Amino acid sequence: MQTFLRNPHLRRFGISFLVMELVALMTGPPGSTQTPTAGFRGSFFEASSFYGLFRTQRWVVFLALAVVVFAIWSGWLTQGSVIRTTTSKALTYPRAVTQRKPVRWSLLGVALIVALLLPRIVDDAFWHSAMTEQIGVFVLLATGLNVVVGFAGLLDLGYVAFYAIGAYTTAWITGSLPTPAPFHGHFDPFVAIPVAIVIVMVAGILLGAPTLRLRGDYLAIVTLGFGEIVTIFANNLYGITGGSQGSGPIPHPVLHVGPLHYVWSLKPVPYYYLLLVFLVIFLIAFSLLEHSRIGRAWTAIREDEVAAESVGINPLKYKVMAFAIGASTAGFAGVVTASQSNNVFPSSFTLQSSINILVLVIFGGMGSIFGVVVGAIIIQVAYSYLLHTPPQGYQSADLYMYLGALLVLMMIFRPSGLIPSRRRQREMVLSKAGEGHMDEVLTGDTP
Amino acid sequence: MSDLIFNVDSVTLRFGGVVSLNDVSLHQKRGEILAVIGPNGAGKTSLFNSLTGVYQPQEGSIFFTNREGKVISIIGKKAHRVASAGVARTFQASRMFSALTTFENVKIGAESHRGIGVIGAMVKGPRTRRGERHSDERTEELLKFVGLYDKANVISSSLSYGDRRRLEIARGLATDPQVLLLDEPAAGTNPAEKIQLTELIRKVRDEMGVSILLIEHDMKLVMALAERLYVLNFGSVIAEGSPEAIRSNPVVIEAYLGSSDDESEKSPS
Repeated sequence: MQTFLRNPHLRRFGISFLVMELVALMTGPPGSTQTPTAGFRGSFFEASSFYGLFRTQRWVVFLALAVVVFAIWSGWLTQGSVIRTTTSKALTYPRAVTQRKPVRWSLLGVALIVALLLPRIVDDAFWHSAMTEQIGVFVLLATGLNVVVGFAGLLDLGYVAFYAIGAYTTAWITGSLPTPAPFHGHFDPFVAIPVAIVIVMVAGILLGAPTLRLRGDYLAIVTLGFGEIVTIFANNLYGITGGSQGSGPIPHPVLHVGPLHYVWSLKPVPYYYLLLVFLVIFLIAFSLLEHSRIGRAWTAIREDEVAAESVGINPLKYKVMAFAIGASTAGFAGVVTASQSNNVFPSSFTLQSSINILVLVIFGGMGSIFGVVVGAIIIQVAYSYLLHTPPQGYQSADLYMYLGALLVLMMIFRPSGLIPSRRRQREMVLSKAGEGHMDEVLTGDTP
Repeated sequence: MSDLIFNVDSVTLRFGGVVSLNDVSLHQKRGEILAVIGPNGAGKTSLFNSLTGVYQPQEGSIFFTNREGKVISIIGKKAHRVASAGVARTFQASRMFSALTTFENVKIGAESHRGIGVIGAMVKGPRTRRGERHSDERTEELLKFVGLYDKANVISSSLSYGDRRRLEIARGLATDPQVLLLDEPAAGTNPAEKIQLTELIRKVRDEMGVSILLIEHDMKLVMALAERLYVLNFGSVIAEGSPEAIRSNPVVIEAYLGSSDDESEKSPS
């Protein structure tokens, strides 16, 4: 019996089988108090179709999936190195091409044109609002968080707080909160953009200056706490924020600058263009920043803080700067969300959303601007698609299960993200070889 | 203008109950190549860390003469402030920014003491461009000086030990220092590299006018380079003088070189 169990093929099959059974249970129907075993029975015996091929019961489907997993696993073990080299070749080849300047610029130009024409290409009310509220805003948030997490190597778990402060500032400036607006005026949301950015930056510096002396885990906990404090304040300061009822109606922005006249309305597409304009500005600014001395200083601090100090770099100053820049991006996103959705509710700024934004950054590739944008688009499109046309048996809470599984797989097979930053990837390889330091975002320990 | 680049007066550094440096006094003249030797655990690196602001000694004073000839106190200053004031250093186990190229490593040093212009960097304004050009030129110059110019675009972690030392020296020099502190520069290098390193260190002093303070185990290198030596043992200075005087000092021979019948000049540890 013992030797029988040690058979590697059998063990692999056993593990595949158990994992798939677990998946079957997790994706199965929910149970109830009256029939506690219903969920269990349903998970295995409910009728199901094998991708529409033939009708059968669920357990057959998952047994077939277990066989597939087992086959892939065995194939990986015997042919793994071949698969790895071919995939890495296939993945690096387009990369080598896109490194060439003309190719890169024309690709970016095409991407911009597609982005400009997108509302016409996808002419659908749901997708128009998804494009703005789900994709546009989150791409912007991920790009901002990338400065903090990717460039400076600081794990920020309370990023959504800055987003919230931006949104509430808009509500305040436009006179939609119980607190009167400054000078008792009712300003346009456009006025809120600079005000929100400044207030959020100040918040970033106020939080950053004392806490960025902490490293790794400690910083993560402090930022987590900050995120919670802001949400709880927004929830409980009825007299100031309107509590869980949210703010009053926030007006739409109106633009009257020289020959430009435009009045935004409930329609999402004009907001999409507003976001796009600012996103392009932020992307250009951040990629210039990455290759400037500030970007190099961030890399230096991330790799070896002691050595960075020995050449005269003040780590605290640069970290606070990264924090403030990241925060200002979130502040701007807050202004757009607030004026587009007409209301601000504390429930939209939870820890969950902080983590979601972080997932976008990790998935796309920390420190890689292009990767983060692509990663954020992929995940947010998938999320919106599942919301729009949920497959049979899909519940919206399931999303996080799939996201989690995706992250686990990413960490195993492509830990530096979908489109990794070259510096980050090198750090990863070096630290695996026992050389150099990987920052705490990845390792979780303090050097 | 003070003639002394470093003036260390009765510095005591404690970690809890452990005394790492005990009443250490030391001075270095401008343009001097000074060495600190001593057995392992004598407090050499602690002294370096105190001189660069990494450790804060509890007692005593450390004065440094900066570029403008002003005498400033090191104690109470953060490491990056000390570095900007003109104290450059290398590390015992070389610490480079290993995912960056040789060029980028040195460039970080060259641009570190310029003011930060965030907006300028975001829009790549004329001042930023000028600054970039200036630090590129300086970096090229230094890479040629230390002999790493042909390896400028190599990822620094693929450099040999000897080249890493050169890189660290170039990075330190890029900050435009008054004094360069070298923590065991010869560790891990081969005999040929050692000779080149000795020449390079002397060249740094002669051509750039940068004073050198070094810690070293390799007695050959120390005796060939240093003009004056301090010997540390158990955190205290036990001798000071020219290489010849130190070589024949009985206290040093007993504490550091082992028993007198030991012919080798290396520390027994």
